Amino acid sequence: MKKHLLSAGDLTRDDAIRVLDTAQELLGVAQRPIKKLPTLRGRTVVNLFFEDSTRTRISFEAAAKRLSADVINFSAKGSSVSKGESLKDTAMTLQAMGADAVVIRHHASGAPHRLATAGWTNGAVVNAGDGTHEHPTQALLDAFTMRSHLGTDGGVGQDLAGKNVTIVGDVLHSRVARSNALLLHTLGANVTLVAPPTLLPVGVDAWPVETSYNLDDSLEKADAVMMLRVQRERMNASYFPSAREYSRRYGLDTARMNRLPEHAIVMHPGPMNRGMEIGADVADSGRSVIVEQVTNGVAVRMAVLYLLVGGATNDEGEA
Amino acid sequence: MVHPADGPDAVPGPVLPPSDETSVRTVLDDGEIHRALTRITHEILERNHGSAEVVLLGIPRRGVPLARRIARRMGEVEGREIHAGALDVTMYRDDLRMKPARPLEHTEMPDDVDDKIVVLVDDVLMSGRTIRAALDALGDLGRPRAVQLAVLIDRGHRELPIRADYVGKNLPTALTEKVRVQLTEVDEVDDSVSIVGSSGGGAA
Repeated sequence: MKKHLLSAGDLTRDDAIRVLDTAQELLGVAQRPIKKLPTLRGRTVVNLFFEDSTRTRISFEAAAKRLSADVINFSAKGSSVSKGESLKDTAMTLQAMGADAVVIRHHASGAPHRLATAGWTNGAVVNAGDGTHEHPTQALLDAFTMRSHLGTDGGVGQDLAGKNVTIVGDVLHSRVARSNALLLHTLGANVTLVAPPTLLPVGVDAWPVETSYNLDDSLEKADAVMMLRVQRERMNASYFPSAREYSRRYGLDTARMNRLPEHAIVMHPGPMNRGMEIGADVADSGRSVIVEQVTNGVAVRMAVLYLLVGGATNDEGEA
Repeated sequence: MVHPADGPDAVPGPVLPPSDETSVRTVLDDGEIHRALTRITHEILERNHGSAEVVLLGIPRRGVPLARRIARRMGEVEGREIHAGALDVTMYRDDLRMKPARPLEHTEMPDDVDDKIVVLVDDVLMSGRTIRAALDALGDLGRPRAVQLAVLIDRGHRELPIRADYVGKNLPTALTEKVRVQLTEVDEVDDSVSIVGSSGGGAA
């Protein structure tokens, strides 16, 4: 595996399966009386969040703490960043404090890549969402959740070959959709992106996916349906006529859910807009694995941190 | 596989190319391994007055099939089905930072370990560091009444104050030699224990 996790596209099939298998073992830690492993004792993980986030930040924090790492949370609000500090200076400060891993969320696409390649820090960089670019750990936890439901015997060692995954909603602004499209393709799944034409990015025809403007067409064959959040904060242009029309055409309601195959699962990266892209009764139904995605997220992030900084790192002179 | 220490057994090392300088001496064949495990089974039962309180946990990779074999024999003697578990110690090792992160093995608990007598099973005991890691791992899973250790081979060279309660065979070795345990379940060849030593002294 590479030193950093910047894009889901950096993972080979073997890398991805290794992360998922490691996560499968680490999932058991949550059921134990002592939910902690000593593996990252003495390592420092910095959560560098330039953008608001609740679940990703606490998920990374829980993951690092369960591995006994020291966690430093840094959020842009109320910090030196709000006083105008640059990413470079922030990074060099963290380097001076000895960060072994930097988990970064940034509103600018490419910020994690800049941090990883500019030489400002020696730590491993984990992309926790950058702009409208990528969110690789979300894709890994989604793949993990799909594999545990759709694979045979819990899916250990398997990929997602031949599974049909439909991703619905605001693909244009969604880093979750981008990372999922790349990772699911690597794992052999067939991805269909469904969105109104205005919410599909330019150049989507070069992605390893199919696209459709009509949700109803792909329901019958879907093994998993992933609903994306309508990002109201990014809806400053007229991407669709009204929320009600969007919900009618692209929302997952009970009638649509009932047309899914018996084994199909319903996913959502959260936070949900109930009644908008997903109906409340769908979100709470037995098909929905949304809460499980959160649980799996901690295990997957533990696996990523373990694989990146659990062994020998550069400055320890690998044998 | 070759054991450089009783250390990273879990990692399948590169298979040594057969070389003229390397001598392979078989110490135990499959019949002898079978008899040693049968004896260990009876010793465990005798010491613990039956199997009621005993939980068998194998340490991956080769400790796991050994623990299963002991469990099967124990079941035959006791007349009930007994399952062995597996305890992966990778996350507790003290040499994690000397190599890139390694894949984890499967941990499964057949039973609650609280107030039970846990018998750890491994193939080769050398430095004792794997067992130290196993004791730490076990401590996070519960509080056994007692922990005992069964190994197929004790080859000496201890680096920690740890000893085995049940030993298949004591095998005095030089540090330049390696002990190779092969089991049908893992290696898909007949069971054997052999010493791989290089005459030149420069081990592998």
